[in-house]
This record gives sequence, C-alpha cells and structure tokens, in this order.
Amino acid sequence: MDRRESLKSLLAGTAGAGLLLTGCNPELSEETQQAIAKGTSNYGRTPKEAAHDDALNAQQFFNEHEMSSLSVLTALILPNNGTHKSAAEVGVPEFIEFMAKEVTSFQLTLRGGLAWLDHASNTHFGVAFKDAPEANQHELLEPISYPDLDLPSRQRPLEVQFFSLVRNLTCTGYFTSEEGIKDLGYKGNQPNVWDGVPQEVLDQHRVAYDSEWIARCVDQSQRNITAEWDDDKNLIT
Amino acid sequence: MQIIESSKQYDVIIVGSGAGGGMATKVLSEAGLKIAVVEAGPFFDPANPEQQTQLKWPYQSPRRGAGTQRDFGDFDMAYGGWEIDGEPYTRKDGTQFDWFRSHMLGGRTNHWGRISLRFGPKDFKHKDVDGLGDNWPIGYEDVAPYYDKVDKLIGVFGTKENFDNEPNGYFLPPPKPRLHELFYIKGAKKSGVPVIPSRMSMLTKRINNERGVCFYCGQCSRSCSVYADFSAGSCLIFPAQKNGGQIDLYVNSMVREVLTNDEGKATGVSFVNKEDRKEYSLNAKVVVLAASACSSARILLNSKSAQHPNGLGNSSDVVGRYLHDSTGSSRSAFIPDLMNRKPSYNEDGVGGMHVYTPWWLDNKNLDFPRGYHIEVWGGMGMPSYGFGFDPNALNRFFGLPVGGYGDSLRNDVKKYYGSVVGMSGRGESIAMRDNYCEIDPTVVDQWGIPVLRFHYKWTDYERKQAKHMHETFEEIIHNMGGKLLGDAPGADQDYGLLAPGRIIHEVGTTRMGDDPKQSVVNRYQQLHDAKNVFVVDAGPFVSQADKNPTWTILALSWRTSEYIIDQLKQQNI
Repeated sequence: MDRRESLKSLLAGTAGAGLLLTGCNPELSEETQQAIAKGTSNYGRTPKEAAHDDALNAQQFFNEHEMSSLSVLTALILPNNGTHKSAAEVGVPEFIEFMAKEVTSFQLTLRGGLAWLDHASNTHFGVAFKDAPEANQHELLEPISYPDLDLPSRQRPLEVQFFSLVRNLTCTGYFTSEEGIKDLGYKGNQPNVWDGVPQEVLDQHRVAYDSEWIARCVDQSQRNITAEWDDDKNLIT
Repeated sequence: MQIIESSKQYDVIIVGSGAGGGMATKVLSEAGLKIAVVEAGPFFDPANPEQQTQLKWPYQSPRRGAGTQRDFGDFDMAYGGWEIDGEPYTRKDGTQFDWFRSHMLGGRTNHWGRISLRFGPKDFKHKDVDGLGDNWPIGYEDVAPYYDKVDKLIGVFGTKENFDNEPNGYFLPPPKPRLHELFYIKGAKKSGVPVIPSRMSMLTKRINNERGVCFYCGQCSRSCSVYADFSAGSCLIFPAQKNGGQIDLYVNSMVREVLTNDEGKATGVSFVNKEDRKEYSLNAKVVVLAASACSSARILLNSKSAQHPNGLGNSSDVVGRYLHDSTGSSRSAFIPDLMNRKPSYNEDGVGGMHVYTPWWLDNKNLDFPRGYHIEVWGGMGMPSYGFGFDPNALNRFFGLPVGGYGDSLRNDVKKYYGSVVGMSGRGESIAMRDNYCEIDPTVVDQWGIPVLRFHYKWTDYERKQAKHMHETFEEIIHNMGGKLLGDAPGADQDYGLLAPGRIIHEVGTTRMGDDPKQSVVNRYQQLHDAKNVFVVDAGPFVSQADKNPTWTILALSWRTSEYIIDQLKQQNI
C-alpha cells in the first residue's frame, strides 16, 4: 500500500471512531472531527487559565516607543530575506510583550536593555536606536551579540544579557510562528501514517534498517484489521 | 457547617479516576454494582474541543506553549503540577520530595508517557536476589493473567523478546525506528547494550470499534481525541458508562476522609465540593481508594476515629512509609552525523520513543543494586517555546563564532535541527521505612484538609546507579560519534540524580504484605484493619522495579476488583 492509500484508510479509521463517538457524545463529535481536521481557535484552556490570559492581554507593559524599538530590533535579528518575512512581521514583538508580563523577571532586563540601547545611540549618534541609520544600529549591536562563553551568563554585562534574551525570544517566537514553521520545513502535527524513514534520508545519513527488526514492525496496510492473537501471544491478524 | 448526607446508597465508592480507579470503575460497574466515582478535578474528555490541545500549533498559545502555566507546557494534559495553588505540601528536615498531582477525570493517565511494562518474576521477589527491601506476598504468576487481560483490553505495542525479567505480552506491532533511534541502536550495540522496540499503550492497530487507531501526531501527552492512546477516562470510564454501568461521577470533589462506624468498618466518604465549598458525605458498602499513592495515604491518615486513632489502616504505623520513586538522570549530546537533515518527511511517530533499552546487566558485578532502563529522545519535533534559543551554540564544536544575528541565524537553526539526542535512565530505588509522607499538623489546604509533609533521602544505592547511567550514556554517545552537552554531573550533584518525586512514579505508601504489623493491605489490596476498604493505586507496591508502574496498577486493580465482587457475593464484606 502506498502512502497516499494508507492515509486514506487512516482517515477512514478516524472517521469511524468519530461516528462511534457520536453515540456517547452527540453534541461533541462533529465539532471534534472538525477540530481534528483544522485546529479550533481556542487552545484548550481551563476557565482559570483563560482568565489569566485575559488579564495579561488587558495590560500593556511596553510603551509605544519600546514596542517600535522591539520591532526594529527583532527585524534586525531575523530580517525579511525576500523569501520569508522578518520576525517583526510575524508577531514577535507582541509575543515578547506577552512574555514580559508572563515572566516578570524578564521585565527589567528587557526594559533596561532597550533604555541602554537608546542611551548608547543618543550618545554616539544623537538619535534614538530605532531611528538611527541601519549601519549605526549594527555598530551598536555587533559588540553585544557575541557573549564571552567563558563567563557564566549571569556575570555578563547587562547589554549582552539583554541581547541574548531578545535573540532567544526572537528566534523562538519566529520558529513557533506559522511563517517560521514553514521556513523550518517541519512537516508534522497532522494525521498521517508513520512507515519509517525514507530511503534517501537513510542513505544521506549512512544508516540502514535491519530487515529482521522491520519484519516485526507494524504492517500499515493491516492497521484497521482488529488484532487477534493465538494462545502463545502471537499476533495472527 | 453541617455535612450534607446523600440519601443514595452505593455498592462501591471509588476515590480517584486514574489508572487504578478507572479500572475498578469498569470491572465493578460491569458486574452490575452501583458505583460512585469521586474525583478531585473537573470532568475531562480529550474529544471535547473546549479542552482539547491535540493538533494545536504553538502559535495558538500566546506563550508559544511555554511551561509557565502547566509544568510540561501549555499543551500538556495535566491539570495540576508540582505545585497547586491553595493545595500545598511541606517537607521535613531539609529533605526534598516533589509531588506531582493532576486533578481531572482520568488523572495523570491523560498525559503520561504510555510506557507500559510488566513487572517480571524477579521484580516481585527481589529480596531473594539481593537481600534488600522486601518481597511482595504475591508473584508474577498471580498477576500474569491480569497483565494478559489488560494487554487485550487496552492495547500495547511491543515484541516478544523472551528477554530476562521482561515478560512477553499480547503485543500490537511496534512502529519502525526513527533516524536518531537507528543511531542509538548502532551506538548501544557497539557497547553490548541491547535495544528492543518500545512497549507502549498506543493503538498501532485496531483493537475494537470504540477506539480509533493511532494517526502518529506524537502528542500522546495531550491525550488522544480519537482514544488511540490509553487514558483512564477514554478507555475505561467512558466505555463502562456506555455499557450501561450505574456510575455517578462526582467531579471537583476533594475527599477528606473515609467514614467508619463503631465496628471500625467503612460506611462511606466525606468530601468537599470545590464549587460550593460545602462538605458532603456518601454511603457505600465498599470504599476503594485510587487517589494516587500519596493522596490515598493522606486520606487514610486523616481518617481518624475512636476505632482507628492512628488513622485508618494505620495500626501498623506503616501508612505513608516506604514511599519511593524511580531514579532518574539524563544526558544529551550533539550528533554531527545528524546535521543538515532534510525535513522532507513527518517523523512525529507515536508520542515518545520507538525503541528502548531494558535493564541488561547482572548486579553481582556492579557496586549498586537493582537496574534501570534507558529511554531515548530526539528528532525533528514540532517547535515550541525554547526552540531556537542559543541558535548557534553548537558552532563551538567547529571553532565557529557563537552569537551574532541576521539571516544567517535561520541557517544555523536549520543546520542543527534534529541533531541533538538524549538519554534518560529510569531505575529502581530501594524502598526505605524512613522515606515517608505524614500529616503536617501545622498546615491545611484551602478546603481545610490537613496536608502531607514529606521526608525523603536518596542513599548511595541510587547515587551509584545514577553514576553508572552516566558512564553508559557517555559510552553510547561516544559510539554514536556524538559530542556530550554539558559536563558530567559529579558526586556534588548526586551524579545528576533528580529529586525524588520528579519521575512521577511514587509508590509504596500503603504497602502490601501478609503481616498486618509490617504492611497496610493484604495480597488483595484490602486493608488489614478494615476489610471493606481497598487501595488500587500504586500505594500497595512493595518495590517499584525498573519499570513504569501503570501497567501493574491496572493489572492489580482488575485483580482486586474481581476479589471485591467475589467477597460481596459471599457476603464477607
């Protein structure tokens, strides 16, 4: 059975389960099937967790100037490269705003670091960081973007700690966004039938499957046949 | 405030709805008994779109799945965690025990790793092997028929290996190994460390028409919406309801104590309804505790009466004692040969590992008792909060600069995606009388119920075992051409041994035995001190084995449930 066909039989199996669910939860099953087909807008919060999210979303930590500065900074860290959007264009500043409220220990580093950047920019170039010419922005960022790895991170200068934190949040924010996941190429989080590593990938990494091992693994064409065993614990279907 | 007494009369009250409680609910209700299940958390069904997290994307969470609200991240299906607001526990004498609770229908079975291992013959009689701890009063042959039934009812994949002390089961076929798992197999074999297909309770093949078949999203920790993995709600309690069982679910109901009469027999339980904060009582012929090892011990210790002044079932002073968790220590490594992967395919697979190493050595040649198994992890998983941190830290292995910014970071992240693997050892500790939980007389929770206080110390048995784990990991990683990440934890860090409780396999607090002076329950998990009270969580475990406890909880709960049916028929209880 080829992949496409196993996917078909898989989906038939899923729908079968859905029909049976109808029996015990008629008000849920249709929605559930839709939810599986295409994630719903919520993400499964308990009432208490939803209230927490609402409370944070009702607050604003960074002021307008700081938000614009974060936009400029995150777009420098992961810029638009013509194929993929910049971190700033895929909601990373808003994600950092949320995380600053969620993890309050980030607040001083982030706010203080943004102020440090502005002060340095004003001192050297007579203009706030976000409005400085890009070449000047690079002049400020380059020296703080390569941490001294021999120093424990907490002993590094504030501006280095600040930049590392923003870079971490930018990369994680970008690669957990729809755009970033596409850029990365991650293919999962959807119903499928796992039938092993493709041959060209095995070849690329110079490994092979052991035929005896594989012979005992699941035959995906039989996945919807109900399991039965003999008395000696051998699967016979 | 008055306790509100229900006029309903139940045959059995089951406290807790996880593996033990779920199995008791199914077996007892199918025998026609009238059941009340009392659960501390809310109703939960993984198929309910309001509660579902399966197949959500990280960007559907404003914190991108970070573990700031739920300990294992936003999408993990455990309502609770190491700490719960308003429900504290305390520690004694500077010792540490971390207690993980999940309050919801199905309990921790909604998020667990589904590693479903039978205990072997040696695991029930390990004192005979090394003189340490105690033997169980029962042996593998007593439990084997129930393991068989659990395999067929719930479904577990694996392979017949005829491996020493790792009994065969009625297995579904396992999934093929992932790429990094092939590297692990190669590396381990070079050192003579065996690797076999995992044994886990996901349906790689249909077992009945009520449950779906695994569609390989790798998210069993989110609880499966087509019921293709084992959770107690979706696989035991819902089917029992559907089969016409007389089951009343009391959710958001925190049990305070087991009520007893003048003869010292249980008459029911009292609980606090978390919604109206009022206290209620229920009556039944039999009470089955399945609240988790420590919660059940807490309920017993809080059930004091003239007949049971030291707490119910505690004439031996053993309730809460012999608490033990699995040992755990982990190491990760960068594998240069796994760089530059083509993410051209979906390798989510089942949730967790497709291969593992069972314990393979003879302790006669080692400086510690008991074994551990090795779990392996890695692969091109779905990004979540933390992915992309220190995006080019691995550059240091090539003498390249670490840091910087700009478009090149994208390439760094992709270059190293899927090139880090890890190994976790999960081993057996020795049950000790002086590792225990007890009632802290100075603290109550927000429901007014006295809380637990823990006292737990590892010994050199566990420390030396953890040291051996790291030596094994390093050797295998070396064989894989890998570069170790971080320094090997030394003696000052107990060789990376995690705090007790962290592996969430806590057992032993109401241990089983034939001698009422040395144990809390008999071989049918029945209290020596009150014959209509049973414990079917992991409290009765005499020793823990280097196995995850759930499959044994299920088998023993089934066995005890049949005993209850029989004893009720004979009017012995």
